[in-house]
Amino acid sequence: MSEGTIVEQARPLELQAAPGRRGRRLPFSPWHLVLFPTMLIMLVPLLWMLVTSVQTLNETRHFPPVFVPSRVHLENYTQVLRMAPFSRWFLNTLIVTTASVAGNLLFCSLAGYAFARIKFFGREVVFLLVLATLMIPFQVVMIPTFLIVKRLGMIDTLGALIVPNLAGAFGVFLLRQFFRTLPIELEEAARIDGASRIGILFKIVLPLSAPALATLAVVTFMWTWNDFLWPLITIYNEHNMTLQLGLTTFQGAHQTNTNLLMAANVMSMLPVLLLFFAAQRYFIRGIATSGLKG
Amino acid sequence: MAEVRFENVRKVFPGETVAVDEFTLTIQDGEFMILVGPSGCGKTTALRLVAGLEKPTSGEIAIDGRVINDLTPRDRDIAMVFQNYALYPHMTVYRNLAFGLKQRKVPKDQIDRRVSEASTMLGLDDLLKRRPAQLSGGQRQRVAMGRALVREPKAFLLDEPLSNLDAKLRVQMRAELKQLHHRLGITTIYVTHDQVEAMTLGDRIAVMSAGRLQQVGAPQDVYDHPVNMFVAAFIGSPAMNLLRGTARDGRITAGDLTVPVAGVPDGEVVLGLRPEGLRPSSDGQPSLEFEVQVVEPLGDEVIVHGTVSGQLAEIETGEEKAEIPAGLPGSRAVITARFDPQVRPAPGTRMALGVVPERVHVFDARTGTAIR
Repeated sequence: MSEGTIVEQARPLELQAAPGRRGRRLPFSPWHLVLFPTMLIMLVPLLWMLVTSVQTLNETRHFPPVFVPSRVHLENYTQVLRMAPFSRWFLNTLIVTTASVAGNLLFCSLAGYAFARIKFFGREVVFLLVLATLMIPFQVVMIPTFLIVKRLGMIDTLGALIVPNLAGAFGVFLLRQFFRTLPIELEEAARIDGASRIGILFKIVLPLSAPALATLAVVTFMWTWNDFLWPLITIYNEHNMTLQLGLTTFQGAHQTNTNLLMAANVMSMLPVLLLFFAAQRYFIRGIATSGLKG
Repeated sequence: MAEVRFENVRKVFPGETVAVDEFTLTIQDGEFMILVGPSGCGKTTALRLVAGLEKPTSGEIAIDGRVINDLTPRDRDIAMVFQNYALYPHMTVYRNLAFGLKQRKVPKDQIDRRVSEASTMLGLDDLLKRRPAQLSGGQRQRVAMGRALVREPKAFLLDEPLSNLDAKLRVQMRAELKQLHHRLGITTIYVTHDQVEAMTLGDRIAVMSAGRLQQVGAPQDVYDHPVNMFVAAFIGSPAMNLLRGTARDGRITAGDLTVPVAGVPDGEVVLGLRPEGLRPSSDGQPSLEFEVQVVEPLGDEVIVHGTVSGQLAEIETGEEKAEIPAGLPGSRAVITARFDPQVRPAPGTRMALGVVPERVHVFDARTGTAIR
């Protein structure tokens, strides 16, 4: 109370001395002065994509660019769906992504738990080796992986996109770190209660690891959905393409139908955007805990 | 129900830490056995060895005559209550209680029956749908007990189960635990560093120090006849006063106190005087002069700290000692006495403290073992 009155009295004096400098606060954090322009820069391409996707081809080629279309041409979308096996690509991408996410959750949990809790000979060394693979760029292992997949007879099938991505060092690392933070007594109690190792993992550890599992799922989803390079070198048949690969077929050698390409882009990005908004905090946590991918 | 037997058990942790050594102890069928000792004495490790959470380096552990060294915790049919309860946070109370039975593929109707029996016994009926986070400390403690109860195991292992409760609740739960054991008669091994719990709960107590068993016996026996200075100093609160002394011709002299004690060979000894054995002197009794420093009235009794001439025998029990702020000359020793509430001397007074020769403990000064 007394403090409040002192502040009330002090205020007019301060305003007289240095108007607007202290005592008055901005209605927003100063950071917003930086963040707002940055946000605009990031958003403009997205908005432009959205605008272009409902323009006519002529409008897209106009200079200076037309930002407000004369009419909303939603038929661009239907045309995309008609002229390309778009729904097939969407389905392929969905299959590949879902399988990768499921595979990562399952196998990284198993490996992460083993590294976190089971004592076995050479555990630390093996774990370090797994970690070390994170430092090897994909381009380096691309060709060996290709050869293995070829031996498996999976080139130009969805299997080529799924099998190499069923588990990853990132997921193993992320989950191991998280599992180690869980109180060991819970697992000991479960052991005494008669649960097996696998039982403990599935009934005690995983239900308590929802945040880490969500993070891994979101990161894997984004990574797989947006992956372009690996599908490019393993898939040839239009029927087996993923969205990212299929979209390139809209870019012809001589002519690109920008409006159609953008309509297709919007459709392919929509699931990722929605997921990002829904699971933003897990996504950021994934980057924060690992400093990897994203 | 079962008998649990340790046979010369030794447990060494990586880094050569010997947690338990030469540990031999048999816990009778239906017995309430307390493992008590200062922290780091190996009592929890001993318990975990029975649970199967640790493997003994050597020696045997047997339940009902069957060696269980190589059995998994699951196959040992024991239940454990952890210090922090270790309730499964993502499960309701009901599922926490039922988990162990489900793992053992007990039919659903039996699970329901046993869970409801246990929850009624522990007063958890209204809480079955809650999660651990929505429970108070005492309720969590009960759920942890209930999880052990429903299993109807051969033995209960309790690892300091009351130490996370506030003082009032602890007293209440202590009584409930004792009652529960009376009713069920399940073999129980209870680890604690709290000697009040040790004295009140146990059929027998096993005092441990530095990984070794010091003494096993009924609480009162251990209190009355400690086998060595460690047990003497550890059991009892306030702790037994231990004064250096010399035995000669059937008498022991410590400071200005001379007590006649038969059957003590001549030499250096340590005299053990329980605080309640010290009384304002009546004539003719052996006595020591006592200078009162701190008086703590507790209502039903008065704890008095003060100095006498003589030297304390130091023994590390891990218990905190009452600190006497005043600086002491080397020839004085701080001791503690326990008086009736009517006797309340003022700090600074000098008085004679009488000693009953029959209640004096005598220890060998070199080995610490009890002479009488």
